[in-house]
Amino acid sequence: MEKTIKRYWPVFLIPTMAAFLIGFIVPFAEGIYLSFCKFTTIRDAEFVGFQNYIDAFKDSTFPDAFKFTTLFAIVTLVLINVLAFLVALALTQKIKGTNIFRTVFFMPNLIGGIVLGYVWQLIFDAIFSKFDTALKLNEVLGFWGLVILVCWQQIGYMMIVYIAGLQAIPEDIQEAAMIDGANRTQRLFRVTIPNMMPSITICTFLTITNSFKLFDQNLALTGGEPLHKTEMLALNIYETFYGRVGYEGVGQAKAVVFFILVVAIGLIQLKITRSKEVQQ
Amino acid sequence: MAKIQKTVNTADKKPVYRVKEKPTAKGILATLFFTIISIIFVSPIIIVIINSLKAKTFISLETFELPNEHSYIGLDNYKTAITQYDFIKAVGWTVVITVLSVAAILLFCSMTAWYITRVKNIATKIIYLLCVFSMVIPFQMVMFTLAGTADALHLNTPWGIVIVYLGFGTGLAVFMFCGFIKSIPLEVEEAAMIDGCTPLKTFFRVVIPIMKPTYISVGILEAMWIWNDFLLPYLVLDIKKYKTISIVVQYMKGSYGRVDMGAIMACLVMAIIPVVVFYLCAQKYIIKGVAAGAVKG
Amino acid sequence: MNKKGIAALGLSLMMAGTMLTGCGSGDSDGAGKKADAKGSVYYLNFKPEQDTQWQELAKVYTEETGVDVTVVTAAAGQYETTLKSEMGKSESPTLFQVNGPVGLASWKDYCYDLGSSQVYKELTSEDFALKDGDKVAGIGYVIESYGIIYNKELLSKAGYTEDDINSFADLKKVAEDITAKSDKLGFSAFTSAGMDGSSDWRFKTHLANLPIYYEYKADGIDTTDAIKGTYLDNYKNVWDLYINNSTTDPKQLSTKTGDDAVAEFVSGQAVFYQNGTWAYSDVSSIGDDNLGMLPIYIGADGEENQGLCTGSENYWCVNAKASEEDIQATLDFMEWCATNDTALKAICGSKGAMPSGADGMGFVTPFKKNLESTNLLVNIANEYVAEGKTPVSWNFTTMPSEQWKNDLGSALTTYAADQTDANWDLVKSAFVDGWAKEAAAAKSK
Repeated sequence: MEKTIKRYWPVFLIPTMAAFLIGFIVPFAEGIYLSFCKFTTIRDAEFVGFQNYIDAFKDSTFPDAFKFTTLFAIVTLVLINVLAFLVALALTQKIKGTNIFRTVFFMPNLIGGIVLGYVWQLIFDAIFSKFDTALKLNEVLGFWGLVILVCWQQIGYMMIVYIAGLQAIPEDIQEAAMIDGANRTQRLFRVTIPNMMPSITICTFLTITNSFKLFDQNLALTGGEPLHKTEMLALNIYETFYGRVGYEGVGQAKAVVFFILVVAIGLIQLKITRSKEVQQ
Repeated sequence: MAKIQKTVNTADKKPVYRVKEKPTAKGILATLFFTIISIIFVSPIIIVIINSLKAKTFISLETFELPNEHSYIGLDNYKTAITQYDFIKAVGWTVVITVLSVAAILLFCSMTAWYITRVKNIATKIIYLLCVFSMVIPFQMVMFTLAGTADALHLNTPWGIVIVYLGFGTGLAVFMFCGFIKSIPLEVEEAAMIDGCTPLKTFFRVVIPIMKPTYISVGILEAMWIWNDFLLPYLVLDIKKYKTISIVVQYMKGSYGRVDMGAIMACLVMAIIPVVVFYLCAQKYIIKGVAAGAVKG
Repeated sequence: MNKKGIAALGLSLMMAGTMLTGCGSGDSDGAGKKADAKGSVYYLNFKPEQDTQWQELAKVYTEETGVDVTVVTAAAGQYETTLKSEMGKSESPTLFQVNGPVGLASWKDYCYDLGSSQVYKELTSEDFALKDGDKVAGIGYVIESYGIIYNKELLSKAGYTEDDINSFADLKKVAEDITAKSDKLGFSAFTSAGMDGSSDWRFKTHLANLPIYYEYKADGIDTTDAIKGTYLDNYKNVWDLYINNSTTDPKQLSTKTGDDAVAEFVSGQAVFYQNGTWAYSDVSSIGDDNLGMLPIYIGADGEENQGLCTGSENYWCVNAKASEEDIQATLDFMEWCATNDTALKAICGSKGAMPSGADGMGFVTPFKKNLESTNLLVNIANEYVAEGKTPVSWNFTTMPSEQWKNDLGSALTTYAADQTDANWDLVKSAFVDGWAKEAAAAKSK
């Protein structure tokens, strides 16, 4: 079968790959080139070799942002996926009103990045003002504020993926396990989860990458305050672009470093979970 | 005694007997639990709706309170948003861009994903890795170069930006489709090809129907990203002529950082409505599609 | 041709078709550059509030002269991003703006020398030209002033008039007295010194201007790579005054916005509100005869002669890399704005000043033909000058980077929440050490 399909590559590949080239590959390659340049606009770039990278590492806010972002990614990875999975499990049972609940859990996704941040900032600060503090004054509050916001927004997302995954598990496998005498917990860990590995791979990958790339909500909720302590990597890169004159190249360099780091983490994670996937 | 429910399988008209469980105490408790959680979940949205009816200075002063006679300004915020900021047009363009982009992504990326999962060679492996990589880049790294490339190719119209979104959204879509295609039994496809179907026909007749839930998942993810996106359309589109919802919302801030919270709240409410409607319609489709797929022969 | 070939061809044609449509509309809506020897203008405007007015003015100009003028306004806070992006495109802006020496450092290679242009000759003073060596890189097009706007009625209720405040010591006395009596009076001295993004620039930039101005004056310089912070104690005094005599608890300041301060002022909750002439339309509701403006005294020597802070943060620049016809067309447009009656009325006037009857932009321009303003605050600023008071120049345009301003703001907020000496030392460090660090970083690029 593979041979027959192979010959059809123009139809299956060309449209996507053409757009991919325009929309990603070319800008990406240019972006890497620019990280070695000093520039104001993309037309007047001057090659300066590794200087930008050296400057990027001299900036102490960069590794700090990395630590903060990594911690954030781990916490949200666990919280979002566990909660979303549990909710998906619950909402695929025969409980009354599952459809309404699914819609409700998904709704937070409908509000976009920056505005969402402002709305939550309003809410959090209204609560915190009773305790004489505010999101921007305390990096611990800022951290947990971000975690809550992102969980609220993403649980619905991941829940959808998990529901689709759960519903794709053939019923006969579950029934066979029941006949074999497995109880609910055993079925969960021996049957359901292994068959859900594709969904788990996807959701873990998405949560990790989304957390690392988080920008809009970071900007709107804390803006990196206080004193850059809640600044995540994307915001740090953005600030580098605009904070000082002539630092656009350094911003690009930071972005390339960031990219390499996250790819490495992502690939490791993918290897681990993909190896556990089951092909029917 | 458990009730037995009889339904008819629409595919082959055979009766299917299901045991209908009585509502248990556990079930009712679960419903209650989720109702409470749902209310908490929805509260920020309710707060947005309440605040959209207040005058802007009161939104930050009295965030949680219902509009009273000082702060209530009725539908003024909505009027401002529509007339001053040309909001309806922005909604129109956002719908066009989102629908076209999602359609393109779903069609082309699923085809590519199927191909690279079924045909295993170096080229397809590279394509897969590239797709995964592309999901990880921070947008700032490519925003200027992307805008420059798009400009060079005159893609600054809503039609052109679809190509940009197809390119940029390929990573996620291909990644997710690949994940699900692995769980499709090869025998079904092989059977179709033995029967004389070309790969194209096999794809459209056999693979797509099986992947319906995946299409919905990916479609929703991509749609939400594109619908709420700000920087990409801001930099690529010809702003004199075309604005999306996020762009309009950003314009509601004055140049000294002043935020017209009232108009923004109104916009949020108006922006959420089409999406909720779409989602409610899609919901029915999910259930239908999944039920039909679950009762396989 | 077999099926798959046809399919591939079809799909490719579809994609090509989409791109062609994109191409087609691009050309037909373009400024018609190739056929036209007249050139065209593409103005990237900074202020969203004036977008509709510029659009209207552009149309009027095109009708009069036949030259195409396209105005695009950047979204708030996105000017640099938009400019960088648009400059990388094939149709880049011909007229744009920079905020002063720091912005100029980014764009100086793109600035056409305006020294021989008509519009440069229309300036009333050299001070309003932004120079890069001998080159006139930018021309200020808006002059603004700021100070402490105050509510006359509330001030007199507290038992004082403007004549009672001629120095920092006076200001402090009055403010603290009002605070002591605030329960009885029903209002506070200052509006909240909000440190949210919509308001913090008033303190990390505008207020910080004063210690910088006085230090430059004392040392006889107009910029520096290493600020000494000679007047930081004065800065502390005035900041303490602002945050401890206001409507809001200092610990709550990080969340207060620009809108909050306006609301407090307009609803009579406070007497003093630091802001500038651009805020006139926000505060005019309390009545013209009720509005006044005081200099921001910080207790420096010679402050009896201190006036309001006046200057410009908006300089027009012409894209040196544009075509000759476009550059000329842009210069003509700028000259028209500075000299033509309709244009001046639109730019300087307020109510009904636009040809369509809409409100004008209400700017004060540094041009010879500048019209009198109906903005009360502008006229107050002029009165100070007429009385011989020395205006405080806008030296904050020499602040080394955005990063510096943000760090200072962050430190101020931390101090306000917990007013310890250690926290003020953080402010001092952000001010002095941060300045040196940012200036060095800028130099190295």
